[in-house]
Amino acid sequence: MAIISTAGLSRTFATARGPVEAVRGIDLTVHEGEILGFLGPNGAGKTTTLRMLTTLLAPTGGAATVAGHDLATDAAGVRRACGYVAQSGGVDTQISVREELVTQGRLYRLSRARAEERADELARDLDLTGLLDRKCGALSGGQRRRLDIAMALTHRPKVLFLDEPTTGLDPGSRAGLWDLVRRLRDEQGTTVFLTTHYLDEADALSDRLVVVDGGVVVAEGTPSALKLEYGGSVDAPLQDTFLAITGRAAAPADAAPVAV
Amino acid sequence: MLFHDTALIYGRYLRQSLRSRFALLFGVLMPLLYLLFFGPLLTGLPLGGRGSSWQVLVPGLLLQLGLFGASFAGFSVIIENGQGVVERMRVTPVGRPALLLGRVLRDATVFAFQAVLLVLAAVAMGLRAPLFGVLIGFAFVALLTVSLASLSYALAMKVRTPQEFGPTVNALTMPSMLLSGLMLPMTLGPAWLDVLSHLMPFRYLVDAVRDAYVGSYATEHMLYGTLVALAFTALAVTAGTRVFRTAGA
Repeated sequence: MAIISTAGLSRTFATARGPVEAVRGIDLTVHEGEILGFLGPNGAGKTTTLRMLTTLLAPTGGAATVAGHDLATDAAGVRRACGYVAQSGGVDTQISVREELVTQGRLYRLSRARAEERADELARDLDLTGLLDRKCGALSGGQRRRLDIAMALTHRPKVLFLDEPTTGLDPGSRAGLWDLVRRLRDEQGTTVFLTTHYLDEADALSDRLVVVDGGVVVAEGTPSALKLEYGGSVDAPLQDTFLAITGRAAAPADAAPVAV
Repeated sequence: MLFHDTALIYGRYLRQSLRSRFALLFGVLMPLLYLLFFGPLLTGLPLGGRGSSWQVLVPGLLLQLGLFGASFAGFSVIIENGQGVVERMRVTPVGRPALLLGRVLRDATVFAFQAVLLVLAAVAMGLRAPLFGVLIGFAFVALLTVSLASLSYALAMKVRTPQEFGPTVNALTMPSMLLSGLMLPMTLGPAWLDVLSHLMPFRYLVDAVRDAYVGSYATEHMLYGTLVALAFTALAVTAGTRVFRTAGA
């Protein structure tokens, strides 16, 4: 069953140098309980698409439904159904982990007592219990990422959007995060929509990949299907497949540097 | 819901203010310096109003406190935008107006507190004014803070970098202060300056508070001051809420 479906979803920004079409028309379907890897080169429109699907940015064209709620007419329903972790996270470095988690619960309209309980539950699930009274600014990169995800899981969303969740994490924290994403899907049936530039991550984690370039979907399918179609074999590296899809070859070895 | 959400946001930011007690007191420093080192210069001068020179100066300093403090309130949103805090809140079901109102009510609370400190210092310097008039003065500072802070947050959501925000606010606040006669009554100046200053909304506020400080409550100044303050607040809060509703667009 489709939990997210979009048709011609697009966004044009008005700038001083004329309109910029960041997203030209995205058509995609995400199935319930799926881990979807949303790939594309820098500037392909990944973050803009995510910001539209999470109600942060109004589309200038097209339509979408998220968990049965229409993006254009029921933004409040969409907000209740999804959690979002932006690239930058979103916690105040001066505030304690506990206060941020409790406030987040209250923003989702939990009572104070329930919000405090929920903060403890989330801390237990995401291995943050010992850190509850630390300031958010005093967490390591991996701990901080777990906190960002805990914040987004406050209301047990049906869909979790993760924008480059493992950028800047050490290998151990990355592996921990992959386990967490799989656990969320396996135990709670959460649908996970994630963007990443790490193709090994996309390969290891995603049930299905959607590749965007120039603001439109240019390929989609399971990692093996894409490798077979664009890389020539199911064993082709995803890196080569990705470059074949987006038409960007690796820089030639003898290219002169632009600046030294 | 609006009340619940506003109270929640208000609490979050009030706790933030209470954590930085230094900033809480620092805000009152500039008007306090004017009070200490500029106020005594006026005691023997004919300022044209009724009452002592303190009854003319202190209302101006109160509004100066609100003008400068609240105009820069948006800096905190620029920092929070960088940390992603504003977006994180905007994906929750929290009411958009509450994201603005909670913040500006916190600012009004902080500036009311600073205004009390300033008036206490002024009393020590020689100010004598009716209590009711002083309370009216606080109400005007609160309204001014709510309106300017709303506009400041709206600007901060639009420009997004401190490099654009700081100079823009400076360029707007300095002429506003000079043209509204916060330091000295505009009636002392040439006619063209007096006329020009009537284009400044703050001119009406300071005239009203000066009347309140000499115990005249049923005056034309008070009427215009109240109307301008309320209209400006309504306009600014509406504009600010709009920006928080559609931000990112």
